[in-house]
Amino acid sequence: MNNQTSTDDRPHRWILQTWNLQPVLIPLYAILLAFIVGGVLIALIGVNPFEAYWALLRGMFGTPDRIAGSIARSVPFIGSALALAFAFRAGLFNIGAEGQLLVGGLAAGWAGTWAFMYDTPGIIAIPIVIVAGFVGGALWGGIPGALRATTGAHEVITTIMLNSIALFGTRWLINSTDPKILRDTSASVPRTKEISETARLPQLVDSQPPLHMGLFLMLGLCLVVAFILKRTTFGFETITVGTNPHAARYAGVNVNRIIILAMVLAGGFAGLAAASEVAGTNYFFQPGTFAFIGFDGIAIALLARTNPIAIIPAALLWGSLLSGAPLMQQEADVSIDVVRVIQAMVLLFVAADAIVRWVFHVRDGTESHLDAPTTGLSSA
Amino acid sequence: MSNETSAPLPGRLVGSGLNKELAQTRGVTRRQVVGGVIGLTGIALLLGVAPNITSDTKAFAFEPPPDALEISFSPVLLISLIGVWYVAAGVMSFLPARFDRLALIGQLVAAALAVPLVLAVGLALSDARATNVTNLLDESLLLATPIALGAMTGLWCERSGIVNIGIEGMMLGSAGVGFTFYAILGNATSTPWLWVAILVAMLTGAALATLHAVLSIKYQINQIVSGVVINLFALGLTGFLRSEVIVPSGNSKGVATSEIEIPLLHRIPVLGETLFSGGPLHFAMYGIVFLTWLVMFRTAWGLRVRSCGENPHAAETLGIRVIVTRYQAVILGGFIAGVAGAWFAMEAQAGFEDNMTNSAGFIALAAMIFGKWTPWGAFGGALLFGFTRALGSRLQFLNVEIGDFGIPSEFFQSLPFLVTMVVVAGALGRAVAPAAEGLPYTPSK
Amino acid sequence: MNTTGAQVPVLEICDVTKTFPGVIANEDVSLTLNKGEIHCLLGENGAGKSTLMNVVFGLYQPNAGSIRVRGTEVSFDGVNDAIAQGIGMVHQHFQLIPVFTVVENVILGDELSKNGLLDIKEARRRIRELEQQYGLNVDPDAMVGDLSVGQQQRVELIKALFRNAEILILDEPTAVLTPGEVDDFFEVVQSLVDQGKSIIFITHKLREVLAVADRITVLRNGRVAGTADPKSATPQSLANLMVGRDVVFQVEKAEAEPGQTLISVNELTVDDDRGVQTVNGFSVEVRAGEIFGVAGVEGNGQREIVEAITGMRRSTSGNVTVLGHDTTKMSPRRITELGVSHVPEDRNKHGLVGSYSVADNLVLNRYYKQPYAIRGVRHAGPVDEEALHLVEQFDIRTPGIHVPVETLSGGNQQKVIIARELTGDVKVLVVAQPTRGLDVGSVEFIHNQIISLRDQGVAVLLVSAELDEILSLSDRIGVLYRGQLAGIYEGKDATREQLGLLMASGATEPEEVAR
Repeated sequence: MNNQTSTDDRPHRWILQTWNLQPVLIPLYAILLAFIVGGVLIALIGVNPFEAYWALLRGMFGTPDRIAGSIARSVPFIGSALALAFAFRAGLFNIGAEGQLLVGGLAAGWAGTWAFMYDTPGIIAIPIVIVAGFVGGALWGGIPGALRATTGAHEVITTIMLNSIALFGTRWLINSTDPKILRDTSASVPRTKEISETARLPQLVDSQPPLHMGLFLMLGLCLVVAFILKRTTFGFETITVGTNPHAARYAGVNVNRIIILAMVLAGGFAGLAAASEVAGTNYFFQPGTFAFIGFDGIAIALLARTNPIAIIPAALLWGSLLSGAPLMQQEADVSIDVVRVIQAMVLLFVAADAIVRWVFHVRDGTESHLDAPTTGLSSA
Repeated sequence: MSNETSAPLPGRLVGSGLNKELAQTRGVTRRQVVGGVIGLTGIALLLGVAPNITSDTKAFAFEPPPDALEISFSPVLLISLIGVWYVAAGVMSFLPARFDRLALIGQLVAAALAVPLVLAVGLALSDARATNVTNLLDESLLLATPIALGAMTGLWCERSGIVNIGIEGMMLGSAGVGFTFYAILGNATSTPWLWVAILVAMLTGAALATLHAVLSIKYQINQIVSGVVINLFALGLTGFLRSEVIVPSGNSKGVATSEIEIPLLHRIPVLGETLFSGGPLHFAMYGIVFLTWLVMFRTAWGLRVRSCGENPHAAETLGIRVIVTRYQAVILGGFIAGVAGAWFAMEAQAGFEDNMTNSAGFIALAAMIFGKWTPWGAFGGALLFGFTRALGSRLQFLNVEIGDFGIPSEFFQSLPFLVTMVVVAGALGRAVAPAAEGLPYTPSK
Repeated sequence: MNTTGAQVPVLEICDVTKTFPGVIANEDVSLTLNKGEIHCLLGENGAGKSTLMNVVFGLYQPNAGSIRVRGTEVSFDGVNDAIAQGIGMVHQHFQLIPVFTVVENVILGDELSKNGLLDIKEARRRIRELEQQYGLNVDPDAMVGDLSVGQQQRVELIKALFRNAEILILDEPTAVLTPGEVDDFFEVVQSLVDQGKSIIFITHKLREVLAVADRITVLRNGRVAGTADPKSATPQSLANLMVGRDVVFQVEKAEAEPGQTLISVNELTVDDDRGVQTVNGFSVEVRAGEIFGVAGVEGNGQREIVEAITGMRRSTSGNVTVLGHDTTKMSPRRITELGVSHVPEDRNKHGLVGSYSVADNLVLNRYYKQPYAIRGVRHAGPVDEEALHLVEQFDIRTPGIHVPVETLSGGNQQKVIIARELTGDVKVLVVAQPTRGLDVGSVEFIHNQIISLRDQGVAVLLVSAELDEILSLSDRIGVLYRGQLAGIYEGKDATREQLGLLMASGATEPEEVAR
């Protein structure tokens, strides 16, 4: 056994011996380090970082309403992060969640305004809206998947392009007044009509934004994805394709089918997140409300190392920071962009945990380097 | 079961090997698919478009009025002729393999003809009589500038073996930091400070690139993650700078670089103004593309950089210091990204807006892949994108209508993205990335 | 200072030790090389030969010991120092860049420049000079990726000579050459020696050693097991030194009793990755209870044939019938379900998922079937049970069934694949390069497994570049040359000379190499 104890090491070893915190320790330290970097930035503009952070923390968790608001803010991130994480497992880099959210949200918002929906009871109406969102997102995810499988056009480019196309497309459908397509002309902002009352997700807490049943939808989704990946043959095949597609083919896996399915599902997950927003938060579809959710989803998925369960705390952290930032801006007069810097630093330090270890003198423990890139789809 | 322990993150941008294997199991070739599409378009043109459009004469104008040189034409005739060629090209693609060469030429010409085709159709469907082509080229070159620069950044990184999707962040960061300097120290008006700011932008680009390099090379974190970190960080940092520094200073808008006209050459009729006048950074772009080609493919150091991207271990056995070389290449790329950032905030306009690069970094990646990781190819990709962007605006301007249905502006705005997708998906063929890109490299000991 | 008469050895390796975390690769190894000598370094895979030479070449730093060049002690900080001392190395796995030309590969790292730009013309001139001097013909402007393996090797030699190497280390140079190319190669070696070069020749091929060596050193488990004199040594004595025990060369096997034809390939044509037709009308019939060995140097279409038969690649014409079904256009999975097992040529690329556990790899061909998965949900219990069973049955050395398979040695990795493919309801076995890179013990084991399967009535199609393996295992042998079978022999009738001749098919060399 190891007899050398440097004094720096002892508190950590005590912590580790008391609770098996090793997996959590590094991310916690990473967050701490990120806040320190952000603090420096805040100090540079003449504001007391502790004041600013106190405001931030109160904005995040200060009152029960605020806590609910933070959670609510995090909910859509879970879906968009899953959209990336699942595709990553198949070796596909899906940065198209922005677009998949838009199309999914549009579909959900549209489905919620179908004539018959206004008389249909919630038990049918809600699933219709949710499924519509899934289908919309799945479609938008399926396109790059199909292109990838048939032409080899790789998804980094196609998903980025489709993001913009989705943006313009939904904008047109919503903005267009002549002809009027989906726009609710009675509203002051360009958006769809409000969806049927029966299709709305029940609210849990009337916070800003409201916390609703969408939370359980997303949590349930995480569990489903975790189950798929860990326990099913489909999940096994997906991960095999992502790890070594040649061996996957040799093992009889239909690689093309997996690629397309993975993208379809990934897009669908984003669509579900959008549907949850439409059916629970806004009750209509407005393109602007989805800005950056896809982009943030990428970072969250990477933060969680594509582990579906780890996405939950990662999304929570992310959403809470964004939720608490306005209070920091209001009280301490610090721009909310600082939060973005903090987020970037969290991702950086979690990814480059060697830096964290060095700063806090933590010995390299049980974790093998999960970040060493597998070559995914390497050539011969 | 083991599939939960490893969390594979894709490390590469292109998987070329598997595509080869997949291609084995399909029957139809890419050439035939592309040819088929072209052929069908030709038929649509002949049967659907030509008969249904106005028989008025339209014109292409070259050079701004009053010198405008106009070439009149009948859209029906032009479109019909092009339609015939398209059908022919489509047919040629289905001939036996001997005629491959011919089919390729047919397709390439068809691609080139797409330009006058779209313009002619656009004109035919609008009320305008003529459209200025020179202007179009002008705008295309302008819009292509940051893309080409970003693509060169990407090239230097990727050719040395480092995947870089943080080009966007590098550009944005340099734009923001550079303009901050300009606003604070030069009131956004002083010319000497403008150039200092441009230099600062370049240094910022290099700094962000150094961060990416350190994370990827020294800490060996997944290079895509590292790129995302750069993007996120730049977004936050520049947003912060804008609201906390630039806006309060009162100098959010200012004086951009002044246009340069190359003596004599810019007087050449038709193309002179377009090609030989423009901003200094715009001209720098041409130089950078050329130098990238020259250094990368004609010098010893360039050879070494490329070897690091193809087979770093082989390079090592020949005494090349792979790690040092990679740092050098990535940082060089960073400087170039800085030029692009400077272009955004100090040449295209003088001012910084949140997220002003607006996906240019990612489009630059597309251009790089389109160009199959070669400088001139990537430049072509940048031109393509710039052109479709300009074309989109132009068609929007022409108020193109099909019957009574006005084509929405959003369609034209999405045109460049649609075209890029089609090109990447359809016409590219196998794109071979540097063999060792994205793979972690540890020197022997 | 050397006195007249006593020649200072051109290279001395003195008590060199090299360790890596957890393993001692070389321990107290000493070896001397005299000028103009061919010194063969012999040993099994994993004996430490390549590691030792990497130390000499400056790629690795020794943990102990020293190296002297022409009497003076040297310490290499890196490859450049070794090159400066006149040491050149041709690695077992070529260190070439396929997308570069020959010239570019040769000058890389030691470039000639004029006015800042590469002086390709001058480089080309110098290369042609060297080619003439040593009889190494390669087109300097060809892309290395398009060259045959033999040609690529010449590029490697030119690389070393371009840098004025006087001491040449050749690591398993003949592993991938046809018998004809091997003869050419040794001519070049002779020419090099005649012009004063000294050569260390790493190999595990006993016959070659006895043919060319001036002196022999045998490594085993990182230490020097002994030296030998080629004049008195025999393959048996060398093998015993290499392995440390008596080695059985020929596998014991009973007479074959072939039954029905289970594999029937008819005029198969297949294209390789670049669209070039590499298989030009291949036909074969393999019966139950027999091993049909396809001999031939790599690059004659083996890979494409195996892939076409197992469904991994589309053939362009011809057909394949397996167990009565037309499998020409079938998917890999359906072919597997018919009862066809496949041991792939490239175990890391196709045969295993490195980061997956040993257990998962052991069921990679049946993970979706009961009891390993029921209705799409996997069950770990049966998987682990089967894995433990197979590990025991095939004596796979592994710390546990849940460690990543990539941590196993090459031999054990191959055993995992063998265990997986040779069990279950196997009716047909397609096996390619089954013992490449494996130690003699593993080779023995795997050969016995294949024979045993054949005795149970399985039809075995064996593809191998190792002539010894083909001769030892096959009941019938076909020689693959340029995508066709150039001749079919009964196993006991075939001789090495006949087969070797066919493999090279006379004076011309195979010109197409699939990457």
